[in-house]
Amino acid sequence: MDLLEMKKAHKLLARMDYELGKVEKGYTNRTLYINLSDNTIKTKPVTEQMKEIFIGGRGFGLWYLWNAITEKTKWSDPENEIIISTGPIGGITQYPGAGKSLVVTLSPTTGSVMDNNTGGYFGPLLKFAGWDALEIQGKAEKDVIIYIDGNSGYVTIEEAPLEAVDSHLAAEQFTAMYADSEEDKRNVAVVSSGRGAENTLIGLLNFSFYDVKRGVPRMKQAARGGTGTVFRDKKIKAIIVKYSGVKGDTNGPADKQKIIDAGLRLHREIYELDKVQNRMREVGTAHLTEIMNDYDLLPVMNFQYGSHQDAVKLSSDVFKEYFTQGLPDGCWYGCSMACAKAVDNFELKTGPYKGQKVCVDAAEYETVAGVGANCAIFDPEYVIEANFYCDTYGMDIISTATSMAFVMECYERGIINKEITGGLEIKFGNKDAALELIHQMGNGYGFGKIVGQGVRRMKKIFAEEYGADPNLLNDIGMEVKGLECSQYVSKESLAQQGGYALANKGPQHDEAWLIFMDMVNKQIPTFEDKAQALFYFPLFRTWFGLNGLCKLPWNDIEPADNGLTDEPAKVPEHVRNYVDIFNGVTGKNITKEDIILQSERVYNFQRIFNLRMGYGTRKYDIPPYRFMGPVTKEEYESRAERYDNQLKELGYDIEGKTVEEKIKMLREYREDQYQKLCDAVYKRRGWTPDGVPTLETVKRLGIHFPDVVELISKHQ
Amino acid sequence: MKIVKTKPELCNGCGACMTACSKTRYKVEDPQKSAIRVKENSEKPGSYEIIVCNHCGECIPVCNTEAMHRARNGAVRIDDVKCVGCCICVGFCPNNAIFTHPEINEPIKCIACGACTRVCPTGAIYMEEK
Repeated sequence: MDLLEMKKAHKLLARMDYELGKVEKGYTNRTLYINLSDNTIKTKPVTEQMKEIFIGGRGFGLWYLWNAITEKTKWSDPENEIIISTGPIGGITQYPGAGKSLVVTLSPTTGSVMDNNTGGYFGPLLKFAGWDALEIQGKAEKDVIIYIDGNSGYVTIEEAPLEAVDSHLAAEQFTAMYADSEEDKRNVAVVSSGRGAENTLIGLLNFSFYDVKRGVPRMKQAARGGTGTVFRDKKIKAIIVKYSGVKGDTNGPADKQKIIDAGLRLHREIYELDKVQNRMREVGTAHLTEIMNDYDLLPVMNFQYGSHQDAVKLSSDVFKEYFTQGLPDGCWYGCSMACAKAVDNFELKTGPYKGQKVCVDAAEYETVAGVGANCAIFDPEYVIEANFYCDTYGMDIISTATSMAFVMECYERGIINKEITGGLEIKFGNKDAALELIHQMGNGYGFGKIVGQGVRRMKKIFAEEYGADPNLLNDIGMEVKGLECSQYVSKESLAQQGGYALANKGPQHDEAWLIFMDMVNKQIPTFEDKAQALFYFPLFRTWFGLNGLCKLPWNDIEPADNGLTDEPAKVPEHVRNYVDIFNGVTGKNITKEDIILQSERVYNFQRIFNLRMGYGTRKYDIPPYRFMGPVTKEEYESRAERYDNQLKELGYDIEGKTVEEKIKMLREYREDQYQKLCDAVYKRRGWTPDGVPTLETVKRLGIHFPDVVELISKHQ
Repeated sequence: MKIVKTKPELCNGCGACMTACSKTRYKVEDPQKSAIRVKENSEKPGSYEIIVCNHCGECIPVCNTEAMHRARNGAVRIDDVKCVGCCICVGFCPNNAIFTHPEINEPIKCIACGACTRVCPTGAIYMEEK
């Protein structure tokens, strides 16, 4: 079907013409509000108070959502919103990793607020089109698109019945439809999802960026917590923004030279050191697979084990052969880290696109570790195929992988059988069954309909309908707060158990990754040390999401002399860069301490948001035991020496004890340690013993809005 | 193609090349807007280092807008319309021979026009086949 026919089938539902804005010091000072229930399109001001307290990006998203919903709102209610915003720094072209879009919504899987940080061109182009944020509320009756023309100054809502829903096609069709020429395609950015977002609760959003070298739109994902499911539930097929004219000063910086200087320092570092550090330019985050395997941290067979003899088959050198080398794989202009690797001309072997040759945005560490090692499938082409389909179906690959690994273990333990799986022999290592399951999830049939609901709901179904032991399911189902865990084994790092389970949105490593500091380098031995790390790092990383930044250029490249600094884990020189670029953009004069303060406001606000939705207290911070230690005999035995020694050092008499008895002893100890960690962290963060920010804390942070005070007063 | 080549031992540091370059490229006499830079050697006063692009082309594949390209005459040039001023080429130049200026959005880079060589009083820079 040709594009003209598709466009002709569009039915205009609403249009708003607007004055083109100008970005001043990183802000346009207005938000585009759209309600799809009544086709309202309007402008809302971005206030000085919003900028001061919430900065931008995820902060703006949280604030808008807070004001849009009540404590009773469910993810599928019309008042739920999807908010997309970059942040004041987002859109500068001179510093690596500075084009991120932040997405906030109420999650189908957690029932609480979800945030995502993704690449692609949408956020920056939205701002340059005149909008700091896009706030979408309501639900359309039929499939619609939202189109924002940032050069002509208008916004439309249009019914769009004919274009594809699956993202690799949707991105291509909408990019071609709205670009005036091949050269113009890079000025179009598309947000889309896929059929899997309609059929599961773990839908994601794909954010496109046009790759001029390959001549295809590429995609990065806002993947976690079912954001795409909300998107399709609102009947949004795509959001398209078009803006041509991106230059080095389009973000209106107060002091461009400051940004250029910081950018050049980092470009030079990457030029000189990436090849001897992480090789991000060659293999992206896939370099992590062998490191995690070496340190016994690579999840294998639903996080039972931390390494596998076949992991070498998924090593970065293997993937390097698939990744086209020598291309500038940045997901926004100026990213010399260039970690967005792609496999070109990949011929699909399964599914609706079988036989077609496609460009796959593959494969990052989470994908390799998740659908690969965690499912014990050590086949790179399967990983690439699974990566393609999860993305184009619009399904979060982390949740897909962790859910699949869970059902594989359940199958092997006899908790579920072929009758329940509809004939699928979903054992560890069975790649055909895994791909079939991905297609079932994406297309909404068979056992895939159950798996697509995620681990939390599967635990309930398996226990209630199939008579499984709920205690075992709770121990091995790797989710916290309703979100599936990302791909690191945290058993031997107490700090990382907190990093995962205390995370506001659920166990995602973007809040804190402390395993090396804690387990390998032993830099944070006491509870107070760990609590300080769990104060500083989640806040420091939160700041990226307020400003439209990527975490990777912070510590996936380090200055040559970083090891000689007082606090290498913080990468002090890069912190200085962030202070410089924030001040360079906004004209303010913040310090590195202000970075933490800015984040602390938003982080605490998000914690309180969880509380408002019925969560946000200690009991929701407790992970399944497999996060903390060995659940089963086989797990214990795989690290028997380590566990035996730990018990002996702790003074336990293990002589003549069975493995089951030793598991029990270790569990008592480790669960107690985790509670003590929570005590220390809550204290450091200025929270009550139940994990609620104190009145004093919210007053100190200036987030003591009347409804916040009223809410937390009940929990003091 | 002919490119700018240097004999730093002949340079007297007069800076005429930088002035000529900025005048040709940006209609101003400002050494900070020049694509050729002359720096006095701090350890050896009176001797100079001349930095100018040798058109090796290593900056071409790092540019993700295809602004950096090899022109028909063989020179590596920046298409200002395509360039978004990210400066990756500046950071990735093996010879540090691409420059920036806050008033100019695109990096400043030699286009092998030869204007600088024509004003050099000592023959320290000259055009020669690459």
